[in-house]
Amino acid sequence: MAKQVVRPVTSLELFAIDGQLDDEERAIRQTVRRFCDDRIRPHIADWFEDAAMPVVELSLELGELGLMGMHLEGYGCAGTSATAYGLACMELEAADSGIRSLVSVQGSLAMFAIHRFGSEEHKQEWLPRLAAGEAIGCFGLTEADFGSDPGGMRTQARLDGTDWVLNGTKMWITNGSVAEMAVVWARTDQGIRGFVVPTATPGFSAPEIKRKLSLRASVTSELVLEDVRLPASALLPTAQGLTGPLSCLSEARFGIVFGALGAARDCLEATISYAGEREIFGKPLSAYQLTQQKIADMTLELGKGMLLALHLGRLKDAGAIRNEQVSLGKLNNVREALAIARECRTILAANGVTLEYPVLRHANNLESVLTYEGTSEVHQLIIGQAVTGESAFR
Amino acid sequence: MKIVVCVKYVPDATADRKFNADNTVDRVGVQGMLSELDEYAVEEALKIRDGDESGDAQVVVLTMGPADARAAILKSLQMGADSGVHIVDDAIHGSDSVGSSLLLAKAVERQGADIVLCGMASTDGSMSVIPAMLAERLGVPQVTFASEVTVDGNTVRVRRDGDAATEVIEASTPLVLSVTDQSNEPRYPSFKGIMAAKKKPVEEITLADLGVAAGDVGLEAAWTKVEAYAERPPRSAGAIVTDEDGTGANQLVEFLAAQKFV
Ligand SMILES: Cc1cc2nc3c(=O)[nH]c(=O)nc-3n(C[C@H](O)[C@H](O)[C@H](O)COP(=O)(O)OP(=O)(O)OC[C@H]3O[C@@H](n4cnc5c(N)ncnc54)[C@H](O)[C@@H]3O)c2cc1C
Ligand SMILES: Cc1cc2nc3c(=O)[nH]c(=O)nc-3n(C[C@H](O)[C@H](O)[C@H](O)COP(=O)(O)OP(=O)(O)OC[C@H]3O[C@@H](n4cnc5c(N)ncnc54)[C@H](O)[C@@H]3O)c2cc1C
Repeated sequence: MAKQVVRPVTSLELFAIDGQLDDEERAIRQTVRRFCDDRIRPHIADWFEDAAMPVVELSLELGELGLMGMHLEGYGCAGTSATAYGLACMELEAADSGIRSLVSVQGSLAMFAIHRFGSEEHKQEWLPRLAAGEAIGCFGLTEADFGSDPGGMRTQARLDGTDWVLNGTKMWITNGSVAEMAVVWARTDQGIRGFVVPTATPGFSAPEIKRKLSLRASVTSELVLEDVRLPASALLPTAQGLTGPLSCLSEARFGIVFGALGAARDCLEATISYAGEREIFGKPLSAYQLTQQKIADMTLELGKGMLLALHLGRLKDAGAIRNEQVSLGKLNNVREALAIARECRTILAANGVTLEYPVLRHANNLESVLTYEGTSEVHQLIIGQAVTGESAFR
Repeated sequence: MKIVVCVKYVPDATADRKFNADNTVDRVGVQGMLSELDEYAVEEALKIRDGDESGDAQVVVLTMGPADARAAILKSLQMGADSGVHIVDDAIHGSDSVGSSLLLAKAVERQGADIVLCGMASTDGSMSVIPAMLAERLGVPQVTFASEVTVDGNTVRVRRDGDAATEVIEASTPLVLSVTDQSNEPRYPSFKGIMAAKKKPVEEITLADLGVAAGDVGLEAAWTKVEAYAERPPRSAGAIVTDEDGTGANQLVEFLAAQKFV
């Protein structure tokens, strides 16, 4: 018999991750992976370079697959497990963090807010169309002067008869300019409350933020609210205070715990293949110990992050996850993914700085991912408080 | 209308493939999948079902293979098929196409079908004989290698693209239809499809259910026997056309035509 060629395993195969997934989770992952190969990867470098993408079409296609609000029940949502949602985020972000952001904001922020806190009327009106990707939603919490400390927000809603009148400006809002509806958080005399704002309402505008060097394949906008008058029914009835928006953030953070690893995996795969082909001083770059040290360490961090993500996924599916635990995942996995992307860039050297390879694109994207949904420092403070009992936020 | 789609579970070509001690392909210990060419058959069946005005059309997927072959049924159900039938029996091991077609034909008869849909070839055996054998055993017309299908009542019209000519043929149901990879674009299973598939019925049947004797199928009954096998030799360098006198493009086209690539 001819000699057997040993096929190298991928980093995640080395961790035998697939054995931890069930058939349904694998099928969902496969569907998203195929979609990204066919529809995202061939175009992503151009979308990133041009800072433009066909977001309306994409959102319809993502909706058709069932990605929008996939882990929510009813109202046209697929109702998958949280772990399956995480795996889908991972595949999307392996293509680009911008595409994952589109889906995270739609499903975990806009749709989740309505699903959890909305009236039956809100749910009937918005969820089926958002799930199908026919309408795009956004989530306005951050303001220019209030990011990590959203409780200080200035946007306010005051009652005028039975109407609410909103004034203020939100900043850094994903999907803002393309959204048909915005969940907007504002200060009222009853504390912070959430509102469902159709973006066609007079007084609402959403200029796009240009010249970003990160998440270029994602729309980021300012939301300007000038005397935006809404009926009483626009109020999210059951969200009282900051815990409302914070519980939405916890949902989206959970997706990022998996998502960031997708970007890291994509960098590592591209790098291992590059290092195998690139000859330096007469032999492949991958055959040098210095390169292998980098690749081995990155493999280890990727696999450890994946085990943490899966553990958190199982906890969430068991209904037993705590916000501090999501912070562990967000802090570790985004930080390590960014470190992996940068280390991969060193192996690709000059080629690494171009859009011909995904590594610097992912690294640049991950800078935003490190900041949104709670910066690393905020998650350190959350974890620090959990294990010391001391709050060090202020 | 009832459409039975025959789908084959094949070893994943990107994974390591092995043979058993009796020179049969190891179909149990390896990573397998729904034969990619059969996805076109499933897609065509779903399109015919969804275009059927009576609204009571249904798609049944049929596979013959080891226990793991259930994955091929599951994938088809995730794409949107309604139910599955799995012929699974230890006695099947080593069946050749004569034996395979016997079992598939019996199972189709048991189901009753207006259209039996097949892929153009499996991605492992790739003999393209099963559809013809099935039609013969069932005593119905065969319309094979369709690159375009139109169904109008009980008439099925197809386009077949040959090397030199294109023909349009038609037949009336019941019939056996096989479709090529040009016939459609197989859908991705949607998440709702994936979630719903778990609840769809899959029936497991044995030789006894089909009234077939163990001696009529399996390795012993096979008309072919694999005596030995060898690994494929490494790729040779290939043909290099150097354009010296301006005829390079012609030489390239001739080469491609000779290999039937164009
Ligand atoms: C591309 C992009 C998309 C976004 N999309 C959305 C969206 O859709 N919706 C939305 O509402 N927001 C969105 N954001 C905003 C994002 O959530 C905020 O940028 C984030 O919360 C951080 O706020 P900030 O930028 O104001 O930083 P700041 O809060 O000003 O923080 C500055 C620095 O101080 C650190 N810091 C903060 N608090 C402490 C402390 N107590 N102790 C020590 N250090 C501290 C921070 O970690 C950071 O390093 C998006 C941002 C980006 C970049
Ligand atoms: C050299 C050789 C060695 C073989 N060795 C073995 C062996 O070791 N072990 C063994 O079990 N068999 C073996 N076979 C038999 C073969 O793998 C198939 O079981 C059978 O012959 C079908 O032929 P095919 O795969 O070429 O299908 P094709 O005729 O190319 O298939 C056409 C279509 O028929 C349908 N179809 C085919 N097979 C099935 C199925 N099982 N279930 C449902 N639908 C189906 C599909 O729609 C498919 O697209 C061997 C065949 C050859 C030629």
